[in-house]
Amino acid sequence: MTSEQPTQSDPRHLRRIGIIWVVLSIVGDILFWFLVGPHIPPGRMTSSASSDQFDFNILMEMALPVLFGIWVFFGYCFVTWRAKRKGVAEPKGGAAARSNLRAQVWWITVSTVLVLFLAGFGTIELIAGDGSGGGEGPNPVWEPTGAVQAETAALTSSASWTPGTNHVLVVQVIAQQWKFTYRYPQFGGFETPQLILPDHTSIAFNVTSLDVIHSFWAYQLEVKADANPQENNVAFTTTDQTGDFTVRCSELCGLWHGAMYNYGKVVSTTSFENWATTTESANAANTKNLAPFAWTYVPDANGASGGFYPDGTVTPYSTVETYGAKQPAS
Amino acid sequence: MTISAERPLKSAPEDAIAHSHPHRVSWTERPGWLSQHLGTAIIGGILGYVFGHWLGNYITGAYPYNANSGQNSSADALALIFGVVGWLLGIGALNYPFAKMVGKEPKHETPIEGWTKYFRYTLDHKVVGKQYIVGVLLFLFTGGLLAMAIRTELLNPTTHVFGPGTYIDIVSEHGTIMMMMATSVIIGPIGNYFVPLMIGSRRMAFPRIEAFSFWVFIAGYGVIFSALPYGGFPTGWTGYAPLQTQAGPGMISYLLGFAVIGLGMMAAGFNIAATIINYRAPGMSWSRLPIFIWAVLATAALLTLATPTLFAAGLFGVLDKTVQTAFYVTEHGGSSYLWQNLFWFFGHPEVYIMALPGFGVVAEILPVFTRKPLFAYKIAAAGMIGVALLSFFVWQHHLFQSGINPDMRPLFMLTTELISLPTGFIFLVGMGTLYRAKIRFEVPMLFALSVFFNFLIGGVTGVFLSDVPVNVTVHGGFFVLSHFHYTIMGGLLFAFMAGLYYWLPKMTGKMMNKKLGLWHFWTMFVFFNLTFFPMFIIGLLGQPRRVFTYARNLETWNDFSSISAFLLGFSFLIFFANLMWSMYIKPTPAPANPWDSLGLEWQTANPVPLYNFERIPVIMSDPYHYSEEGAPALADLGDSVKRPVSTGATTPKS
Repeated sequence: MTSEQPTQSDPRHLRRIGIIWVVLSIVGDILFWFLVGPHIPPGRMTSSASSDQFDFNILMEMALPVLFGIWVFFGYCFVTWRAKRKGVAEPKGGAAARSNLRAQVWWITVSTVLVLFLAGFGTIELIAGDGSGGGEGPNPVWEPTGAVQAETAALTSSASWTPGTNHVLVVQVIAQQWKFTYRYPQFGGFETPQLILPDHTSIAFNVTSLDVIHSFWAYQLEVKADANPQENNVAFTTTDQTGDFTVRCSELCGLWHGAMYNYGKVVSTTSFENWATTTESANAANTKNLAPFAWTYVPDANGASGGFYPDGTVTPYSTVETYGAKQPAS
Repeated sequence: MTISAERPLKSAPEDAIAHSHPHRVSWTERPGWLSQHLGTAIIGGILGYVFGHWLGNYITGAYPYNANSGQNSSADALALIFGVVGWLLGIGALNYPFAKMVGKEPKHETPIEGWTKYFRYTLDHKVVGKQYIVGVLLFLFTGGLLAMAIRTELLNPTTHVFGPGTYIDIVSEHGTIMMMMATSVIIGPIGNYFVPLMIGSRRMAFPRIEAFSFWVFIAGYGVIFSALPYGGFPTGWTGYAPLQTQAGPGMISYLLGFAVIGLGMMAAGFNIAATIINYRAPGMSWSRLPIFIWAVLATAALLTLATPTLFAAGLFGVLDKTVQTAFYVTEHGGSSYLWQNLFWFFGHPEVYIMALPGFGVVAEILPVFTRKPLFAYKIAAAGMIGVALLSFFVWQHHLFQSGINPDMRPLFMLTTELISLPTGFIFLVGMGTLYRAKIRFEVPMLFALSVFFNFLIGGVTGVFLSDVPVNVTVHGGFFVLSHFHYTIMGGLLFAFMAGLYYWLPKMTGKMMNKKLGLWHFWTMFVFFNLTFFPMFIIGLLGQPRRVFTYARNLETWNDFSSISAFLLGFSFLIFFANLMWSMYIKPTPAPANPWDSLGLEWQTANPVPLYNFERIPVIMSDPYHYSEEGAPALADLGDSVKRPVSTGATTPKS
């Protein structure tokens, strides 16, 4: 950053600033990369967590030299040219002090290259990371293999999931004031307040809300997607490790927003299958009374007094298209 | 600098301003008991409120609608609207337009004299500037107290001082009041006072619109504050629908509050832009414009162009809540995304409304205390215009996780990161100006330099937020909260303090106490950073915004931040004590040009005469010829008033 500083009349200052800057930057970058970087949240529990942690660290590696460059320059000026220090020369005005084409061209070039690199890097990571765990709305453009088929099949009664076949697990996150519940369409569409996920599996989170806007933030999974009423917001990630994770609401949703959290687990695929099939049969009686699985749930004329869960005989619908197709009548 | 007193000046038409109308007794010359002032404005506001409430109940009495309250929301809305109208009638803001409407030629208004002018609809921009100081400090201290309450609640993750409802109301009110304050904190006091002085004008282009902008700003304070007796609103300052639609009557105060403040912002921006474009003194070409004026012009453009969106969005919300339209109600064909888009289409230019004036103050102050010309003036001006233009193309980065179509995400990532280029220009300007300078660390300079420190952290973390993958981690958490406090408080508010310490001697003729000023600066700077830097870590560790309960392992960080926040609050008490001490208790008269500045605003007589300049000055140079041998004089003021003269070549003893 210092090479683009003004004035060539006394290169000693610039050289000193440059040396301090280079040393600090190298030391800072190395220390950060090896000491801090591996601990940067949210860890490496999923593909999106690892890749976003990597992105954060790359950004930090570039930010540190910028910070050091400017701090060193300012600090050097403060020490060297403060008026009370003895022997500080009177400043020179005039054209040379007013502008310096070389410094300006350097500054603009370096900052432009930096910015364009960052934008390109971010875009590549976003696409390679299948949306990086962020909510992509009802029509995602970046998704893991098999996601489209799994999502499309999820609405049919034949939807199923078996481990080890590169099969994407479809999970629906239903937010309401002030709790999250989850539905598993590939297991008969049962609804549960527990979020249990299989290890080494791509997950498609379909996030929706029954009332106001919430945001589903599975912290250690690095998934964040706003829950909008009548909108299916899809986010992807692939689990890499087993363990516990926290789910918090990260969009202000009213009175108990601060208390809207719960916990989930990533478990081995066999434990997951056991849990899912057990819960499916245990909940079967309740599931029958739920609204048939749909991407969104709206209070409408079919629902009893505008309720969200009409009795099993009515047709749910959604005005929102997912993957370009309207919600089929079940 | 030498001034040729013989030079003939064409200033007769300006001289005639005060005498162009036949002199008749006007409302400003009425006897005291008939005149209009703050008192009549308050009475008008109360009467308007009562009338509006009655009217609402009368016309929509059988139509109560307000979630969970059974109240008639039309009555609530009309009460506030008529309250504002009554306030404006009471202060006399509408006398002139009403006279015009009924075909009467408005009477000539004699300038208001005496201390009562500060409590009246005064058209002198210098009075409006001072009124604004009191106005923004009112907002600032209200919002600051609420911030203290927030940090008190966050001292412990499980023991609660406030109920969840009260806490959300406090958070929402704090955010909204502070955002409203920040729209005007520099533009209002410093912009209104110094724009005419710095461009060599005797007046603002539209003095009535200027006075209107101030009085409507204060009305906005009343409206947003009315949310508290109405039971508060639960949405934060962003007011997202459908929570907005679901909320109680306090939400109407929020929506109308922003609409009312928006009126003031549009009025202020329009007036200031017109003044800068049309009222520059002869010779004040675009390349001689002080850099602060460039910043104010860019801000005024944003105020004028971005605020109408907010105004419309607020009115849609009021209609949704009163006459049950469905702009934001998804179930009835509206869209909650409409609010998000409208709000942030205003909201992102808005954050640069809060940044640019700060850059302007800092760039204006640097040359004075380095005794060097401003480095890369054109780059600085281009940077401000660039920021203003780009700010209209970045709003969707607030919606990265919202579920809008993802195609545009790379584009908005690019535009957001591009905005760091013109922002970076300001740093180049600062570094170039400091290089081989002779730096005087006076209080205004310390505040100006701290803006670079704070805004650098705010800016760099902004790049983290703009990166879509990293945004998944930091969106909606304490990281983003810390980021925008670093830019708005660390940038704008520190710059405001720099500006106050720098220009108050000119505005009041009294110096701020230096020792107290240093105490103020160091406590504010240190505790600001100790309050907000830990919040980056708190955010990365997973604490969402606006929560009253959080993970146990974050308690230490939160306590550290809270205790620092209390001390930060204490630093504002030092500021307040300094203000009282230096202005009222033991005032020290200020030298005519205490910082030895070359700026035009320091060249007029002290105190500044009513029409600023005895003769309209002829500008002959830009104001940054510091340390330059044989530099041309800044301006020909063409009068015989004894003025402070700065050679610029010498460093004053400090």
